[in-house]
Amino acid sequence: MEKITFEQLQEELYYEKLANGLDVYILPKRGFNKTYATFTTKYGSVDNHFIPLGKEEFVKVPDGIAHFLEHKLFEKEDGDVFQQFSRQGASANAFTSFTRTAYLFSSTSNVELNLETLMDFVQEPYFTEKTVEKEKGIIGQEITMYDDNPDWRLYFGLIENLYQNHPVKIDIAGTIDSISHITKDMLYECYNTFYHPSNMLLFVVGPVDVEKIMNQIKENQAKKPFESQPEIKRRFEAEKKEANEGKKILEMNVQTPKCLLGIKALHHDQSGMEMLKNELTTNVLLDMLFGKSSVNYEQLYNEGLIDDTFSYDYTQESGFGFAMIGGDTSNPEQLVARLKEMLFAIKNGGLTEEALLRTKKKKIGGFLRAVNSPEFIANQFTRYAFNEMNLFDVVPTLEKMTIDEVKRVANEFISEERLSVCQIMPKKK
Amino acid sequence: MTVISESVKEMEGYNLHIVKTEKFKTNTLVWKMKAPISKEEVTLRALLPYVLQSSSKKYPSSTKLRAFLDELYGASFYVDLAKKGDYHVISFALEIANEKFLSDKTPLLRIGMEFLAEILTNPNVANNAFEQDTVEKEKRTHKQRIQSNYDDKMKYSSTRLVEEMCKGERYALHVHGEMDEVAGITAQSLFSYYKKAFSEDELDLYVIGDVSEDEVAAIAHEKIKFSPRQPKLVERSEAVAEREVKTINEVQDVKQGKLNIGFRTNIFYGDEDYYALQVLNGIYGGFSHSKLFINVREKASLAYYAASRLESHKGLMMVMSGIEHRNYEQAVAIINEQMAAMKKGDFSEQELAQTKAVIRNQLLETIDTARGIVEILYHNVVSHQNITLDHWLEQMERATKEDIVKVAQKIQLDTVYFLTGQEAVQ
Repeated sequence: MEKITFEQLQEELYYEKLANGLDVYILPKRGFNKTYATFTTKYGSVDNHFIPLGKEEFVKVPDGIAHFLEHKLFEKEDGDVFQQFSRQGASANAFTSFTRTAYLFSSTSNVELNLETLMDFVQEPYFTEKTVEKEKGIIGQEITMYDDNPDWRLYFGLIENLYQNHPVKIDIAGTIDSISHITKDMLYECYNTFYHPSNMLLFVVGPVDVEKIMNQIKENQAKKPFESQPEIKRRFEAEKKEANEGKKILEMNVQTPKCLLGIKALHHDQSGMEMLKNELTTNVLLDMLFGKSSVNYEQLYNEGLIDDTFSYDYTQESGFGFAMIGGDTSNPEQLVARLKEMLFAIKNGGLTEEALLRTKKKKIGGFLRAVNSPEFIANQFTRYAFNEMNLFDVVPTLEKMTIDEVKRVANEFISEERLSVCQIMPKKK
Repeated sequence: MTVISESVKEMEGYNLHIVKTEKFKTNTLVWKMKAPISKEEVTLRALLPYVLQSSSKKYPSSTKLRAFLDELYGASFYVDLAKKGDYHVISFALEIANEKFLSDKTPLLRIGMEFLAEILTNPNVANNAFEQDTVEKEKRTHKQRIQSNYDDKMKYSSTRLVEEMCKGERYALHVHGEMDEVAGITAQSLFSYYKKAFSEDELDLYVIGDVSEDEVAAIAHEKIKFSPRQPKLVERSEAVAEREVKTINEVQDVKQGKLNIGFRTNIFYGDEDYYALQVLNGIYGGFSHSKLFINVREKASLAYYAASRLESHKGLMMVMSGIEHRNYEQAVAIINEQMAAMKKGDFSEQELAQTKAVIRNQLLETIDTARGIVEILYHNVVSHQNITLDHWLEQMERATKEDIVKVAQKIQLDTVYFLTGQEAVQ
């Protein structure tokens, strides 16, 4: 077991790679009541074209299957895993993102028992035609719920504009039609391919006895006969550099228009420190441009173009990434025009050392606030690890960042051809 | 075991609550002000915190104010409005890094408290009025804030249920006030309301973190002072007599129907029956092992979510679910059947035990966040009680099947609200 100490943060992290390939991390948090554990596979909605375990040919699976599988893993022959967790005083959940499926519990008692349940339910699938059919109604309602949600439609509308081929443009839950084609055999095929321990990471954070928990995990895993698995072969069609479409307007039953401007990532092949630097620098740039202490923010607010729903963010994964800027606005066209002016103006100067220093301080404080949260630590650490980055490199990387790096990113990243806009407008009566 | 140790000190015009804990890397300050919610003042009161947080004498523009917060290691500062029973509660929350975890040792807590004092006591005012521009800008944003409730159909249907169910009661008022009232607010009228609120509201300051109690009290004493006051209280409303169930169907262009059902429990925070009511809500609809989740979602496959929650200071229980329009009758029938089961005592010892375990877990988890600690402690201020979390947990564990069945008898179905995309078929 390896121990990594973060002195400034006064945290310790323990790590071991088990014989079956599973990465296990434990971060003890003293003073906390709850233990939070996530068991995550590097398998999300974008992994829809791959060679199934033991086969030779690529297959394409229905949209929404990773999320469907996440739902179905909770059901067992003898009942529902939610029930078992709550009998053990825990609260359990799961989520599927573009690139990950995570199963988790939090509990303030019976931690070992709950951890055992977590590992076992994820590693013992039980799918039947009957239960698969039943789930279609439930997920159908989840999809319909999102269909009525204007922020969700705006977000996916923009991704669809940015990407032509990459499956990031497909809604994580799929559509009512796409999930109607899912069968139990397909679920097993996806499960067997992506849920091997060598494709997974287990993170435990809370007031735990590290040694004891690590031993428990090892014993649990040693009991299960996993054969070593070859590397998973995924396929993604080539994606052009430019945004696929420049603009889209969706009409919905809303009173206030919504508008997001997006910029497609320039680098689709980064990982590790290179990716961390690029992602962090782009986020610092956005913060200097549009943070609440920026002149731009003040102007947009004074001009009545934004309100407190205004936000901005940049995320990058292997194969895709995007910045998104916007929120509710009474005048989407004018907001877009002003945002573009501000984005392109910054390429000609205006990024100051002073503003960078302030943003760095803000981000460092934000990180301290975030590590109060066991959920943040476990989920973000896993996301970083799957991209060969280390979450705890964030603060040192921020500290080292120079204004020239920010300027370089501004110059290469902001580009008309990779920019797109999506708007939600009130339906005309 | 003492799960939270809160020290409360009487200060000038407010109470200071300190929870010393080493588990956070930040210190959290929350200023709360509470007054009875009223039709005449609700919109003024809802706008006030947004104007106060945008500037002050020392930080005359929001850019200057926000730049100051960024310099303080990105202190997060925001305001929040809530309805707690018949009261309208304003919160100002500041979360600031503990310099223990920074290489820079600037005393951030003191600076943070001074900042909070500045926001509360030194607003950007001239000639008995807030700055005109700021007020106009915030009015515009506030209108959008009120309007946005319509665009989020889950929120919208919850608000509509309360509006219909509590028609004529204070509780029917909206937390952000009324659209029609915003335009009439002036920089003068808002400033007079500011003076009124700070001289009449019940005020509380919470400080959570690895702090020294004496130091916090000394800074608070030095920087934050108001005149003494006798907080205004609202008499607990009479139990609403059982009446015919109100049914409301509203048609809008929506794909999913939103079903919201309101029950009257007539049981309030801290009442003898309150703890059994918590367990009842847990068995009925509070969790993913509850009757609503199992029967509406897992068995009938009608919904993605089906849950219930309590409004502890108003004696209400609300059920919410998103369903297909055509499944309305079936969903209502299941929800009612499950309530009938509660009244008959049709639940197992296992359901009882697991619900208690999950409630305990949920509370202990809540106090792993600073804001969670404040929200739990503030129930005592709202209800003018002094219930420790230990006592709360003990009473909850004690609730028996008989207690729960007794409580279930008191629960009355009041209003069924359905937001649907389809006109009723005759």
